Amino acid sequence: MTDLQSLNVIRISASDANPPQLRQNVEVAKLIDVTRCIGCKACQSACMEWNDYRPPVGYFNGTYTNPHDLSHDQFTLMRFDEWVNDEGDLEWLIRKDGCMHCTDPGCLKACPAPGAIVQYSNGIVDFIEENCIGCGYCVKGCPFNIPRYSPVDKRAYKCTLCSDRVSYGLEPACIKACPTGALLFGSKADMTDVANGRVEELRGQRGFPNAGLYDPPGVGGTHVMYVLHHADKPEIYSNLPKDPHISWLVQVWKGAYKPLAVAAMGLAIVGSFIHAVIYGPNEVDPHDVEAGRRMVDRRSRGVIPPRPPEPPPVSHVKPEEPVK
Amino acid sequence: MTNTWGDIRNADVVLVMGGNTAEAHPVGFKWVIEAKIHNNAKLVVVDPRFNRTASVADFYAPIRPGTDIAFLSGVIRYLLSNNTIQHEYVKAFTNASFLVDEKFGFQDGLFSGWMEDRGDYDRSSWVYQRDDQGFAKVDETLQNPRCVINLMRQHVDRYTPEMVARICGTPADKFLKVCELIASTASPTRAMTSAYALGWTQHSVGSQNIRTMAMIQLLLGNIGAAGGGVQALRGHSNIQGLTDIGLLSNQMPGYLVLPKDIEPAFDDYMKSRQFKPLRPNQVSYLSNYKKFFVSFQKAYFGAAAKAENNWAYDWLPKLDVPLYDALKAFEMMNDGQMNGYICQGFNAIQAIPNKKKVRDGLSRLKYLVVMDPLHTETAHFWENHGDLNPADPAKIQTEVFLLPTNCFAEENGTLVNSSRWLQWHWKAQEPPAEAQPDIWIMAQLFQKIRQLYQKEGGAFPDPILNLDWSYLDPMDPQPEELSKEMNGRALDDLKDANGNIILKAGQQLDGFAQLRDDGSTMSACWIYSGSWTEKGNQMGRRDPADPGDRGISPNWAWSWPANRRIMYNRAGCDPQGKPWNPERALIWWDGKQWTGLDVPDFPPTIKPDSGVGPFIMLPEGVSRLFSVDQMREGPFPEHYEPFESPVRNVLHPNVSNNPVARVFPDDRKEFGKADKFPIVATTYRLTEQFHYWTKHAHINAVLQPEEFIEISEELAKEKGIGQADWIRVWSDRNSVVCKAYVTKRLKPMKVDGRMVHVIGFPIHWGFTGLARKGYGANTLTPVVGDGNTETPEYKAFLVNVEKTSPPANAPVA
Repeated sequence: MTDLQSLNVIRISASDANPPQLRQNVEVAKLIDVTRCIGCKACQSACMEWNDYRPPVGYFNGTYTNPHDLSHDQFTLMRFDEWVNDEGDLEWLIRKDGCMHCTDPGCLKACPAPGAIVQYSNGIVDFIEENCIGCGYCVKGCPFNIPRYSPVDKRAYKCTLCSDRVSYGLEPACIKACPTGALLFGSKADMTDVANGRVEELRGQRGFPNAGLYDPPGVGGTHVMYVLHHADKPEIYSNLPKDPHISWLVQVWKGAYKPLAVAAMGLAIVGSFIHAVIYGPNEVDPHDVEAGRRMVDRRSRGVIPPRPPEPPPVSHVKPEEPVK
Repeated sequence: MTNTWGDIRNADVVLVMGGNTAEAHPVGFKWVIEAKIHNNAKLVVVDPRFNRTASVADFYAPIRPGTDIAFLSGVIRYLLSNNTIQHEYVKAFTNASFLVDEKFGFQDGLFSGWMEDRGDYDRSSWVYQRDDQGFAKVDETLQNPRCVINLMRQHVDRYTPEMVARICGTPADKFLKVCELIASTASPTRAMTSAYALGWTQHSVGSQNIRTMAMIQLLLGNIGAAGGGVQALRGHSNIQGLTDIGLLSNQMPGYLVLPKDIEPAFDDYMKSRQFKPLRPNQVSYLSNYKKFFVSFQKAYFGAAAKAENNWAYDWLPKLDVPLYDALKAFEMMNDGQMNGYICQGFNAIQAIPNKKKVRDGLSRLKYLVVMDPLHTETAHFWENHGDLNPADPAKIQTEVFLLPTNCFAEENGTLVNSSRWLQWHWKAQEPPAEAQPDIWIMAQLFQKIRQLYQKEGGAFPDPILNLDWSYLDPMDPQPEELSKEMNGRALDDLKDANGNIILKAGQQLDGFAQLRDDGSTMSACWIYSGSWTEKGNQMGRRDPADPGDRGISPNWAWSWPANRRIMYNRAGCDPQGKPWNPERALIWWDGKQWTGLDVPDFPPTIKPDSGVGPFIMLPEGVSRLFSVDQMREGPFPEHYEPFESPVRNVLHPNVSNNPVARVFPDDRKEFGKADKFPIVATTYRLTEQFHYWTKHAHINAVLQPEEFIEISEELAKEKGIGQADWIRVWSDRNSVVCKAYVTKRLKPMKVDGRMVHVIGFPIHWGFTGLARKGYGANTLTPVVGDGNTETPEYKAFLVNVEKTSPPANAPVA
């Protein structure tokens, strides 16, 4: 969502350009301690407010999870699961869902549009919507099923880990709003330390022998990590994948990278042309109009900064002390 | 709260019962998490449903709505029979050793003194035995069978774990596990905090629910200790302030009591308010009552309140009923006895039981004034919204005035939070359009009414004409002026015992200790005295420094009384003045005086061995396991079934319900019986919404968009209801149609040998706002008032449930 912070970029989609890598920032991480989370949705509200999106008022469908799924105007979502453990006792598992900011991001690998997805040296994976061609490959490439296609502007959206806040030394909006400290933000090393301490307590004093940290190696680790009571069964937390990997299709694609990339880009352009022919002129519902208005409004108000002047390195977030 | 939000982090056990802290107070709940993380505290939740608090609890036990006293009396029995009480505390700091009048007794559900014809008790036997000097008799050996503790032991003996399971539906093993965790804090070095909210107050026995927990905390020595106490988690950001300044019709500011019609003269009123010590050497601080009262009258009537006219006592209204509460108001509207209503910050049609009765009452008014920032359902009660609000505007003559007010962030002022902190806040922006502060609106109204009295005389103009209104701009009093008035000031030069001037006339008081009963001081709310002194606005302080790291932060805002953060903190020390738990000491005796991290709740120079008890507000000096004549149901709590209950009271079937709860005859006719309404319903709130307000905000409407009722999988199966199917739920008063949430978080309970279903109705939806339209839970609830406070019984009533088809106008899912 934010503009290209070019000096911090380490990877660019569909490009063999060599990023300058002038800045090597501390790797950051968001730690979501599911065992401390009460599902209050303050994070979800803060996300809507900071990013200034307003999904339509939905309807009840048998869960507290509202809206019912992630979307181009819902980057994070509390998912609720009622799970009965082996002792027959109910556990209400509440997981904050959103982009995991993989070290090896499937979305970026799958993306055929140059510069539409970038990875910064602090680990944040960001969508640069002005470069997005709306092909939806990132959706397929993501092992966590996170990016969502916008029917309003035909581009893909997801959590930015508030790269527009982090680049100014602020914590993400969701972290700031969390009342119980279930959400923490800091260097990945510190967050791992904090998590290990929590896991030790959960195993030793709270009766959760399988508690653990979720930082799946199949995607090279993530910059959003979970403390889980039942780390041996991540799937009980609204289908958190047990061992996520980038799809083999994307891997093949990456293997045959150069020739196919060009062809795919051509196809993507043709595809988007066909897409435009088939779907355009767009029939927009009032909500789309409102969302579009908000997007224009937010750009003109600088909610999305045009290009941050001299973004300071992320290491301003004191590594020895987790924010909040 | 006896303690503070921040103090919860000092607890070893956090018991959440009668509330749902994580759900309703998510920000304050951070302190529970702190206690878990840094203090290895155990979080225990007892609730009819597995709620958000339970989702992070160490232990959860279910309970049938309306049976908390049985559960807690079972806990008392467990503590006494296992000898897990803090003996020295109980002996020294409670009335355990006091001898009770020989005529006091309890039989078949009734205490001594029941007057069948009046439906009330003669409480004259609910007292201590007295010696010739008028002091209460005690037996320090606790051997006398009339000792409070022995009578209490006998009273709770019926509440065995089996009986608790039979009444409450809580499996005995789960009940015993909760007892064990509670009992672990009988040690002087361990503390339990109890957090409750409307889950205890909103019952026909609400006040006694809370009292039972207070007794448990006294037996465990947890009152006055860091991490202990009984915490009332207030439901609105300023409901503590509402209580403090006496916005109940039988109260005046600072918990002074409005005179009754049996007290026509000032002497009658003061006769029963001497608060003479009941034991030798006790402080009995309320013996200063006259100082507080006279200073209040001086604030109210200024120079017109004089010794010669008994400080204008005659100008105060004299109550002819126990309380003119909201239930009474709507009864009177329906009877044609009340024909105008000013509804200030109150969405009555959503908030008061039996919505139909409320709508009927409003429909009979001549005028209704609504002061609110939002388009409440009450302001639009006359509109037809189909089944959601089947009003017929053509038949309603009520003239409705909607006066838009600003929100709290659009004015200066103070909010009093659950911790008793008065926190000043500053205006963030101008109110929109024509919105005005409530104070401004009230000032215009008052000036207009006073002009009418001046012009026309009227039946009794004195209180209106003599009300002191000396504000800089009489049409626009400022929050700062009102705050200074609550603190109080000297009216003459105040001198100490040696004749030295301590305050000059016109100066702000330092605290309520300076109040006089000779008319030389004024204070509109004595407990707030100290909040705005000559040093300035103490409520605006924002220093988080916390010497001792005990969560006291004495220079953050200002806490009543006297900036004290932990009430009864003298009881946190043993009789010799040493902290029971040196690791979490709050105050201590340093050889010369009481000192420490908090303001001592005790005269600073009275020695620990002087025999002065730590509960200085009571004439005994000690706390009450036996509440003497202060509670209308009796001196010990007793289990009474909700007025709509699936079972008879198994302890005393002939006195099933609270005998002194208030029920109007027409409402009694609409009570459902278990044969037609076999399902227990309860109501509650969700984190995503705040009462009926936030459904007007887009983000909240997104997060919980539509009305639903939670039912168990077992009930769903029985009735053939699928997830998110439409259901009809009806009581003997009305019915609603909404979606079902089939959940594992509610389970049928085995009560008196049979399975009872419990369903839960979140309250938030109505026919105005941005969320989808709904009925509101109070379409179904009964009109019953708690025996002491008249708080309605929202939390336990009977309904039936069936699957139905979507309403014709239902939005396509």
